[in-house]
Amino acid sequence: MSGILGKKIGMTSLFDESGEAIPCTIIEAGPCYVTQVKTADRDGYDAVQLGFDEVKETRINKPLRGHLARAGVKALRLIREFRDFNGAELKPGAEVRVDVFQQGDVVDVTGRSKGRGFQGVVKRHHFGGVGMTTHGQSDRVRAPGSISASSYPSRVFKGTRMGGRMGHSRVTVKNLKVVKVISESNLLIVKGSVPGAINSYVEVVKQR
Amino acid sequence: MDKRKLVEATQLRSDLPEFKPGDTVNVHVRVVEGGKERIQQFQGVVISRRGSGLNETFTVRKVSDGVGVERIFPVHSPRLAKIERVKEGKVRRAKLYYLRNLASKAVTQKTSA
Repeated sequence: MSGILGKKIGMTSLFDESGEAIPCTIIEAGPCYVTQVKTADRDGYDAVQLGFDEVKETRINKPLRGHLARAGVKALRLIREFRDFNGAELKPGAEVRVDVFQQGDVVDVTGRSKGRGFQGVVKRHHFGGVGMTTHGQSDRVRAPGSISASSYPSRVFKGTRMGGRMGHSRVTVKNLKVVKVISESNLLIVKGSVPGAINSYVEVVKQR
Repeated sequence: MDKRKLVEATQLRSDLPEFKPGDTVNVHVRVVEGGKERIQQFQGVVISRRGSGLNETFTVRKVSDGVGVERIFPVHSPRLAKIERVKEGKVRRAKLYYLRNLASKAVTQKTSA
Protein backbone atom coordinates (compact mmCIF):
# COMPACT_ATOMS: atom_id res chain seq x y z
CA MET A 1 0.00 0.00 0.00
CA SER A 2 0.93 3.61 -0.20
CA GLY A 3 -0.44 6.56 1.65
CA ILE A 4 -0.14 10.21 2.44
CA LEU A 5 -1.29 12.69 5.05
CA GLY A 6 -3.35 15.69 4.16
CA LYS A 7 -5.74 18.39 5.14
CA LYS A 8 -9.35 18.67 4.06
CA ILE A 9 -9.84 21.85 2.05
CA GLY A 10 -13.52 21.56 1.20
CA MET A 11 -16.01 20.27 -1.28
CA THR A 12 -17.07 21.34 -4.72
CA SER A 13 -18.26 19.67 -7.88
CA LEU A 14 -16.38 19.05 -11.08
CA PHE A 15 -17.49 17.93 -14.49
CA ASP A 16 -16.28 14.57 -15.80
CA GLU A 17 -15.61 13.70 -19.44
CA SER A 18 -19.29 13.09 -20.16
CA GLY A 19 -20.25 16.44 -18.68
CA GLU A 20 -21.76 14.96 -15.54
CA ALA A 21 -21.20 17.02 -12.40
CA ILE A 22 -19.63 14.87 -9.71
CA PRO A 23 -19.32 15.81 -6.03
CA CYS A 24 -15.68 16.12 -5.01
CA THR A 25 -13.60 16.72 -1.92
CA ILE A 26 -10.37 18.64 -2.23
CA ILE A 27 -7.55 17.42 -0.01
CA GLU A 28 -4.25 19.21 0.35
CA ALA A 29 -2.05 16.12 0.48
CA GLY A 30 1.56 16.39 1.43
CA PRO A 31 4.34 17.03 0.98
CA CYS A 32 5.04 14.50 3.71
CA TYR A 33 8.43 13.54 5.04
CA VAL A 34 9.55 10.12 6.21
CA THR A 35 10.42 10.52 9.86
CA GLN A 36 11.19 6.91 10.69
CA VAL A 37 11.33 3.55 8.95
CA LYS A 38 10.41 0.54 11.06
CA THR A 39 11.56 -2.92 10.06
CA ALA A 40 10.46 -6.39 11.09
CA ASP A 41 13.87 -7.31 12.55
CA ARG A 42 14.23 -4.25 14.71
CA ASP A 43 10.68 -3.21 15.54
CA GLY A 44 8.71 -6.41 14.94
CA TYR A 45 6.81 -5.06 11.94
CA ASP A 46 7.32 -3.09 8.77
CA ALA A 47 6.06 0.46 8.71
CA VAL A 48 6.86 3.93 7.55
CA GLN A 49 6.26 6.94 9.73
CA LEU A 50 5.26 10.08 7.89
CA GLY A 51 5.11 13.66 9.08
CA PHE A 52 3.00 16.46 7.65
CA ASP A 53 2.26 20.14 8.10
CA GLU A 54 5.30 22.30 8.67
CA VAL A 55 5.12 24.51 11.75
CA LYS A 56 7.43 26.81 13.67
CA GLU A 57 9.98 24.84 15.62
CA THR A 58 8.75 26.30 18.91
CA ARG A 59 5.30 24.82 18.32
CA ILE A 60 6.39 21.24 18.90
CA ASN A 61 7.83 19.75 22.06
CA LYS A 62 11.46 18.89 22.60
CA PRO A 63 11.23 15.08 22.36
CA LEU A 64 9.47 15.39 18.99
CA ARG A 65 11.98 17.98 17.87
CA GLY A 66 14.75 15.50 18.63
CA HIS A 67 12.95 12.70 16.83
CA LEU A 68 12.52 14.84 13.74
CA ALA A 69 16.08 16.13 13.88
CA ARG A 70 17.26 12.54 13.71
CA ALA A 71 15.39 12.09 10.45
CA GLY A 72 16.70 15.44 9.30
CA VAL A 73 13.34 17.03 8.59
CA LYS A 74 11.75 20.33 9.58
CA ALA A 75 9.28 20.75 12.42
CA LEU A 76 6.07 18.91 11.55
CA ARG A 77 2.82 18.92 13.42
CA LEU A 78 1.27 15.60 12.45
CA ILE A 79 3.03 12.24 12.68
CA ARG A 80 1.35 9.04 11.52
CA GLU A 81 2.52 5.53 10.81
CA PHE A 82 1.60 3.46 7.77
CA ARG A 83 2.01 -0.30 7.95
CA ASP A 84 3.54 -2.27 5.07
CA PHE A 85 4.25 0.79 3.02
CA ASN A 86 5.44 -0.09 -0.43
CA GLY A 87 8.63 1.65 -1.18
CA ALA A 88 9.89 0.61 2.24
CA GLU A 89 13.26 1.40 0.76
CA LEU A 90 12.42 5.00 1.66
CA LYS A 91 15.01 6.61 3.89
CA PRO A 92 14.23 8.94 6.78
CA GLY A 93 14.00 12.45 5.43
CA ALA A 94 12.61 11.34 2.08
CA GLU A 95 9.72 13.28 0.66
CA VAL A 96 6.34 11.69 -0.17
CA ARG A 97 4.30 13.75 -2.57
CA VAL A 98 0.78 13.51 -3.88
CA ASP A 99 2.02 11.93 -7.12
CA VAL A 100 1.95 8.53 -5.40
CA PHE A 101 -1.68 8.64 -6.51
CA GLN A 102 -3.02 8.76 -10.03
CA GLN A 103 -6.32 9.66 -11.53
CA GLY A 104 -8.61 6.64 -11.31
CA ASP A 105 -7.00 5.13 -8.21
CA VAL A 106 -9.26 3.87 -5.45
CA VAL A 107 -8.35 5.16 -2.01
CA ASP A 108 -9.52 4.96 1.59
CA VAL A 109 -9.67 8.19 3.55
CA THR A 110 -9.53 8.30 7.34
CA GLY A 111 -10.31 11.34 9.42
CA ARG A 112 -11.81 12.48 12.67
CA SER A 113 -15.50 13.09 12.22
CA LYS A 114 -17.17 16.30 13.34
CA GLY A 115 -18.19 16.24 17.01
CA ARG A 116 -21.96 16.36 17.48
CA GLY A 117 -22.09 16.63 21.26
CA PHE A 118 -24.66 14.74 23.32
CA GLN A 119 -27.28 13.39 20.97
CA GLY A 120 -30.41 11.33 21.46
CA VAL A 121 -31.02 7.89 19.99
CA VAL A 122 -32.90 9.15 16.94
CA LYS A 123 -29.92 11.06 15.61
CA ARG A 124 -27.22 8.84 17.09
CA HIS A 125 -28.55 5.38 16.25
CA HIS A 126 -31.30 6.13 13.75
CA PHE A 127 -34.06 4.98 16.06
CA GLY A 128 -37.55 5.74 14.90
CA GLY A 129 -38.85 7.16 18.15
CA VAL A 130 -41.92 5.80 19.89
CA GLY A 131 -45.47 5.98 18.63
CA MET A 132 -47.36 8.99 17.52
CA THR A 133 -47.78 12.56 18.58
CA THR A 134 -51.47 12.21 19.31
CA HIS A 135 -53.67 9.78 21.30
CA GLY A 136 -52.67 11.15 24.65
CA GLN A 137 -48.92 11.03 24.33
CA SER A 138 -47.03 14.21 23.91
CA ASP A 139 -43.43 13.44 24.83
CA ARG A 140 -42.49 10.10 23.21
CA VAL A 141 -41.69 11.15 19.67
CA ARG A 142 -37.90 10.90 20.00
CA ALA A 143 -37.82 8.44 22.93
CA PRO A 144 -35.72 5.25 22.85
CA GLY A 145 -38.52 2.92 24.05
CA SER A 146 -37.81 0.03 26.35
CA ILE A 147 -34.14 -0.62 27.07
CA SER A 148 -34.64 -4.01 28.71
CA ALA A 149 -37.12 -6.33 30.47
CA SER A 150 -38.10 -6.59 34.11
CA SER A 151 -37.80 -9.94 35.93
CA TYR A 152 -35.39 -11.35 33.41
CA PRO A 153 -32.73 -10.08 32.86
CA SER A 154 -33.49 -7.30 35.38
CA ARG A 155 -30.61 -5.30 34.05
CA VAL A 156 -29.60 -3.37 30.99
CA PHE A 157 -27.30 -5.24 28.66
CA LYS A 158 -23.91 -3.75 28.04
CA GLY A 159 -23.68 -1.97 24.76
CA THR A 160 -27.38 -1.15 24.59
CA ARG A 161 -27.73 1.77 22.25
CA MET A 162 -28.68 4.94 24.05
CA GLY A 163 -28.13 8.66 23.80
CA GLY A 164 -24.64 10.01 24.34
CA ARG A 165 -21.65 11.72 22.83
CA MET A 166 -21.66 11.45 19.09
CA GLY A 167 -19.03 12.12 16.46
CA HIS A 168 -15.40 13.07 16.98
CA SER A 169 -14.39 9.51 16.27
CA ARG A 170 -11.99 8.01 13.80
CA VAL A 171 -13.92 7.25 10.63
CA THR A 172 -12.72 5.64 7.42
CA VAL A 173 -14.48 6.04 4.12
CA LYS A 174 -13.48 3.28 1.74
CA ASN A 175 -13.20 3.09 -2.01
CA LEU A 176 -13.19 6.72 -3.03
CA LYS A 177 -12.12 7.33 -6.58
CA VAL A 178 -9.34 9.79 -7.30
CA VAL A 179 -10.80 12.32 -9.71
CA LYS A 180 -7.73 14.44 -10.19
CA VAL A 181 -4.22 14.98 -8.90
CA ILE A 182 -2.67 18.43 -9.11
CA SER A 183 0.90 17.84 -8.08
CA GLU A 184 2.16 21.43 -8.47
CA SER A 185 -0.15 22.60 -5.70
CA ASN A 186 -0.23 19.28 -3.80
CA LEU A 187 -3.93 18.80 -4.27
CA LEU A 188 -5.80 15.52 -4.39
CA ILE A 189 -9.41 15.47 -5.47
CA VAL A 190 -11.56 12.48 -4.61
CA LYS A 191 -15.15 11.70 -5.47
CA GLY A 192 -17.53 11.92 -2.56
CA SER A 193 -17.28 13.16 0.97
CA VAL A 194 -14.57 12.69 3.54
CA PRO A 195 -14.92 12.63 7.35
CA GLY A 196 -14.08 15.71 9.37
CA ALA A 197 -14.38 19.46 9.25
CA ILE A 198 -12.59 21.75 6.86
CA ASN A 199 -8.89 22.07 7.79
CA SER A 200 -8.94 18.77 9.69
CA TYR A 201 -6.28 16.20 9.00
CA VAL A 202 -6.94 13.10 6.93
CA GLU A 203 -4.97 10.00 6.04
CA VAL A 204 -5.29 8.82 2.47
CA VAL A 205 -4.34 5.22 1.77
CA LYS A 206 -4.24 3.25 -1.42
CA GLN A 207 -4.72 -0.45 -0.71
CA ARG A 208 -3.50 -2.86 -3.28
CA MET B 1 -10.92 29.21 0.02
CA ASP B 2 -8.48 30.09 -2.73
CA LYS B 3 -7.42 26.47 -3.20
CA ARG B 4 -10.95 25.55 -4.08
CA LYS B 5 -11.04 28.35 -6.60
CA LEU B 6 -7.79 27.07 -8.03
CA VAL B 7 -9.33 23.66 -8.64
CA GLU B 8 -12.51 25.10 -10.08
CA ALA B 9 -10.61 27.47 -12.35
CA THR B 10 -9.42 24.52 -14.40
CA GLN B 11 -12.96 23.95 -15.64
CA LEU B 12 -14.43 27.43 -15.76
CA ARG B 13 -15.61 28.50 -19.21
CA SER B 14 -14.74 31.87 -20.61
CA ASP B 15 -16.36 31.43 -24.01
CA LEU B 16 -19.89 32.14 -22.85
CA PRO B 17 -21.62 35.49 -23.30
CA GLU B 18 -22.71 37.62 -20.42
CA PHE B 19 -26.39 37.26 -19.57
CA LYS B 20 -28.58 38.13 -16.65
CA PRO B 21 -32.06 37.46 -15.35
CA GLY B 22 -34.69 38.88 -17.66
CA ASP B 23 -32.71 38.14 -20.80
CA THR B 24 -34.10 35.79 -23.39
CA VAL B 25 -31.51 33.17 -24.27
CA ASN B 26 -31.24 30.26 -26.63
CA VAL B 27 -29.31 27.44 -24.97
CA HIS B 28 -27.72 24.83 -27.22
CA VAL B 29 -27.43 21.60 -25.27
CA ARG B 30 -25.43 18.59 -26.37
CA VAL B 31 -27.59 15.51 -26.03
CA VAL B 32 -26.13 12.02 -26.36
CA GLU B 33 -28.67 9.49 -27.54
CA GLY B 34 -27.69 5.95 -28.42
CA GLY B 35 -24.06 6.90 -28.88
CA LYS B 36 -24.94 9.75 -31.20
CA GLU B 37 -24.60 13.36 -30.24
CA ARG B 38 -26.95 16.10 -31.36
CA ILE B 39 -27.74 19.65 -30.33
CA GLN B 40 -31.00 20.49 -28.64
CA GLN B 41 -32.12 24.08 -28.33
CA PHE B 42 -34.01 25.54 -25.45
CA GLN B 43 -35.13 29.14 -25.72
CA GLY B 44 -36.69 31.09 -22.90
CA VAL B 45 -36.35 33.77 -20.27
CA VAL B 46 -33.62 33.53 -17.64
CA ILE B 47 -35.46 33.78 -14.35
CA SER B 48 -32.58 33.21 -11.93
CA ARG B 49 -28.87 32.81 -11.59
CA ARG B 50 -27.52 31.30 -8.42
CA GLY B 51 -24.33 29.90 -6.93
CA SER B 52 -20.78 30.89 -7.61
CA GLY B 53 -17.70 29.54 -9.29
CA LEU B 54 -18.11 26.22 -11.00
CA ASN B 55 -21.35 25.54 -9.19
CA GLU B 56 -23.23 28.47 -10.67
CA THR B 57 -26.52 27.59 -12.34
CA PHE B 58 -29.22 29.46 -14.20
CA THR B 59 -32.88 28.74 -14.77
CA VAL B 60 -34.55 29.22 -18.14
CA ARG B 61 -38.32 29.33 -18.40
CA LYS B 62 -40.47 29.03 -21.45
CA VAL B 63 -44.09 28.24 -22.14
CA SER B 64 -44.45 25.29 -24.45
CA ASP B 65 -47.94 24.39 -25.72
CA GLY B 66 -49.43 26.28 -22.83
CA VAL B 67 -47.35 24.41 -20.29
CA GLY B 68 -44.61 26.21 -18.41
CA VAL B 69 -41.24 24.46 -18.72
CA GLU B 70 -38.18 25.36 -16.68
CA ARG B 71 -34.71 23.95 -17.08
CA ILE B 72 -31.79 24.51 -14.80
CA PHE B 73 -28.34 24.48 -16.39
CA PRO B 74 -24.91 24.68 -14.78
CA VAL B 75 -23.30 27.75 -16.32
CA HIS B 76 -19.95 26.06 -16.84
CA SER B 77 -21.24 22.69 -17.97
CA PRO B 78 -19.35 21.23 -20.93
CA ARG B 79 -22.70 19.98 -22.21
CA LEU B 80 -23.68 23.49 -23.16
CA ALA B 81 -22.55 23.94 -26.73
CA LYS B 82 -23.52 27.56 -26.96
CA ILE B 83 -25.61 30.21 -25.25
CA GLU B 84 -27.16 32.86 -27.48
CA ARG B 85 -28.47 36.01 -25.95
CA VAL B 86 -31.55 36.57 -28.08
CA LYS B 87 -32.93 39.60 -26.30
CA GLU B 88 -31.74 41.73 -23.46
CA GLY B 89 -34.31 42.19 -20.76
CA LYS B 90 -34.91 45.02 -18.41
CA VAL B 91 -36.05 43.87 -15.01
CA ARG B 92 -35.80 45.19 -11.49
CA ARG B 93 -35.35 41.92 -9.65
CA ALA B 94 -32.63 39.27 -9.52
CA LYS B 95 -35.07 36.37 -9.25
CA LEU B 96 -38.05 36.48 -11.56
CA TYR B 97 -40.12 33.73 -9.97
CA TYR B 98 -43.20 35.93 -10.21
CA LEU B 99 -43.22 35.33 -13.97
CA ARG B 100 -44.62 31.88 -13.24
CA ASN B 101 -47.89 33.47 -12.26
CA LEU B 102 -48.18 35.75 -15.24
CA ALA B 103 -49.72 35.26 -18.67
CA SER B 104 -47.23 35.16 -21.52
CA LYS B 105 -48.16 38.63 -22.70
CA ALA B 106 -47.43 40.05 -19.28
CA VAL B 107 -44.05 38.25 -19.29
CA THR B 108 -43.07 40.08 -22.44
CA GLN B 109 -44.14 43.35 -20.93
CA LYS B 110 -42.30 42.76 -17.70
CA THR B 111 -39.01 41.81 -19.30
CA SER B 112 -38.81 44.35 -22.08
CA ALA B 113 -37.26 47.74 -21.83
